[in-house]
Amino acid sequence: MTVFLLRRLLQAAGVVLAMSLLVFLGVYAIGDPVEILISPEADQQERERAVRALGLDLPIWRQYLVFLGNALQGDLGRSFVFNEPALRLILDRMPATLELAIGATVAALVIGLPLGLYAGLRPNAPLAKGIMAGSILGFSLPTFWVGLMLIMVFAVQLGWLPSTGRGETVTVLGMRWSFLTGDGIAHMIMPAINLSLFKISLVIRLTRAGVREAMLMDYVKFARAKGLSPARITLVHVFKNILIPVVTVVGLEFGGTIAFSVVTESVFAWPGMGKLIIDSINVLDRPVMVAYLMVIVLMFVTINLVVDITYSLLDPRVRLEGKA
Amino acid sequence: MSPPTLEVRNLRTHFFTRAGVVKAVDDVSFTVARGKVLGLVGESGSGKTVTGFSILGLVDAPGRIAGGRILFQGQDLVGLPDAAMRRLRGNRIAMIFQDPMMTLNPVLRIDTQMIETVQAHQKVSREEARQRARDALGQVGIPSPDERLRAYPHQFSGGMRQRVAIAIALLHKPDLIVADEPTTALDVTIQGQILAEAQKLCAQSGTALIWITHDLSVVAGLADDIAVMYAGKVVEQGPVEQVLDAPLHPYTLGLIGSVPSRNRRGEPLRQIPGMTPSMLNLPAGCAFRARCPRAEARCAEPPPMAEHAPGRLARCIHPHGEALAA
Ligand SMILES: Nc1ncnc2c1ncn2[C@@H]1O[C@H](COP(=O)(O)OP(=O)(O)O)[C@@H](O)[C@H]1O
Ligand code: SF4
Ligand SMILES: [Mg+2]
Repeated sequence: MTVFLLRRLLQAAGVVLAMSLLVFLGVYAIGDPVEILISPEADQQERERAVRALGLDLPIWRQYLVFLGNALQGDLGRSFVFNEPALRLILDRMPATLELAIGATVAALVIGLPLGLYAGLRPNAPLAKGIMAGSILGFSLPTFWVGLMLIMVFAVQLGWLPSTGRGETVTVLGMRWSFLTGDGIAHMIMPAINLSLFKISLVIRLTRAGVREAMLMDYVKFARAKGLSPARITLVHVFKNILIPVVTVVGLEFGGTIAFSVVTESVFAWPGMGKLIIDSINVLDRPVMVAYLMVIVLMFVTINLVVDITYSLLDPRVRLEGKA
Repeated sequence: MSPPTLEVRNLRTHFFTRAGVVKAVDDVSFTVARGKVLGLVGESGSGKTVTGFSILGLVDAPGRIAGGRILFQGQDLVGLPDAAMRRLRGNRIAMIFQDPMMTLNPVLRIDTQMIETVQAHQKVSREEARQRARDALGQVGIPSPDERLRAYPHQFSGGMRQRVAIAIALLHKPDLIVADEPTTALDVTIQGQILAEAQKLCAQSGTALIWITHDLSVVAGLADDIAVMYAGKVVEQGPVEQVLDAPLHPYTLGLIGSVPSRNRRGEPLRQIPGMTPSMLNLPAGCAFRARCPRAEARCAEPPPMAEHAPGRLARCIHPHGEALAA
């Protein structure tokens, strides 16, 4: 297990390094921040001073090395716009995005698992067919459109839920959280559902396929031959087997959810990382874009690692092979 | 006199598929008394497994029991409510499956899978259930059972897994065990050990045993009676020595001819010519007709099951052993 972890950590470091180069080059190639940040009326001298202050005069490889060196010390540059450390900006907004993504994942599991289980156990029931049809909608309806519809219905027409913002927050561990206040949760419901739509559909389909496959296995028939109750067979024998693919996929999807929250955050004016990055792209605030992408890369790598470990905990076959 | 452990009468289990009705079990009758072993023999696809599943009430859609009775200690299991059937399953009637690699749940530890079986039928503490599980593992010859209880199925060989499955079947000292080709996937030595243990067990505890196999040589040393199935029907049944020494049905004779150990040295193995018929469009009359060397015009009529000598039944119009009949 230690060797496995060490190897995975090294791989992760390699991925992060490679991504840092790609991200840096990719962002460098888009637009010219000088044009945006320095007023057109500024004279040549002022321009040059500003360019030097921002480090934009160095050759690109020097800029990268400086960036890398600073990055290792946790300094991903200062935002051109806010004149604040880019990483701080991102981290300030991370709790908002994280709680939204976690809320969406929890919603996906709480809604998707039972529906998928039902659809798998009673594939021919009309309700099961309705669930499956609904899951296709969940896959194919555009997120922003569903978000707007949710606002139209539940905020504008019915006035049940607030349409924008995070609501009241509480500071815990130096970070602001919405999910600890009633008002915050009310603000979170719609964006979380909106963000989880795709995931709910995914969980439903994975669960249903897993259940249908497991029900045909000899071990389920043998469990019945032992005289176990249908509840125990479903909730222990079948459920434990389908949990393996579901956890894997939902875990790996988590990074995607964070990345996708860009759309949802824009629609609901949710002040998270996604909203920040969209604003930063609009004004070509390069350090923020780079910092955002690096944070996302780090998160993906971490998530993959955690999923691998969880997977090996859930599946005894993988766990013991690792030990041998 | 108390009723026999199991009496199957005119059982029909059919699968209603889109392509048509598959009469997987079609008018099957047999009896197994306490402590006796019935060998249920036939080629693959003849309906042996479906017969076993029917007894345990484990036939799934599109199949269902379309007729007949399954009397277990006098009680008819056909149409028994689910809850009542569940109380019998794994408790009074147990089944061992063909493929030991597939019968245990891969993600649950052996102790979980055994303890749940104990607790499904008896209100005992976890600790007591674990004791029972451990004893059962010891009984089927698994070394250091305490340790092995904490293992997962993939840590066992095929033979060991089948022993675990047998141990699970034995947990409640059932009155009837249906063993569906439990040794087919195992090598010959282990097969021999398991057979010997099964035999001992039945003799000691009075458990009735249905041993399903396609291998006549297995049945020869183990069973008291034999029922030979072909295309969903029992074509011959009787005491095992008599049937193997002087088969009545041409199909039984063909099966015997294809067993290596029973062949005289130097003589080539005689395979039964032809193929098992498709279960979807069985011809009227004797299903073995197309492969039978003794077939005649009358065989186009369905042959009835008839007693050709005391205790010797065969479903054939023109059986062997004319001397016997005379
Ligand atoms: N679920 C099913 N649907 C349709 N036909 C089935 C099903 N299960 C079994 N059968 C048919 O029942 C017949 C008997 O099968 P089985 O009892 O498994 O044979 P055996 O155990 O003797 O090899 C086969 O012809 C098979 O095609
Ligand atoms: S009934 Fe006729 S075809 Fe069938 S086994 Fe007997 S002799 Fe052969
Ligand atoms: Mg079979």
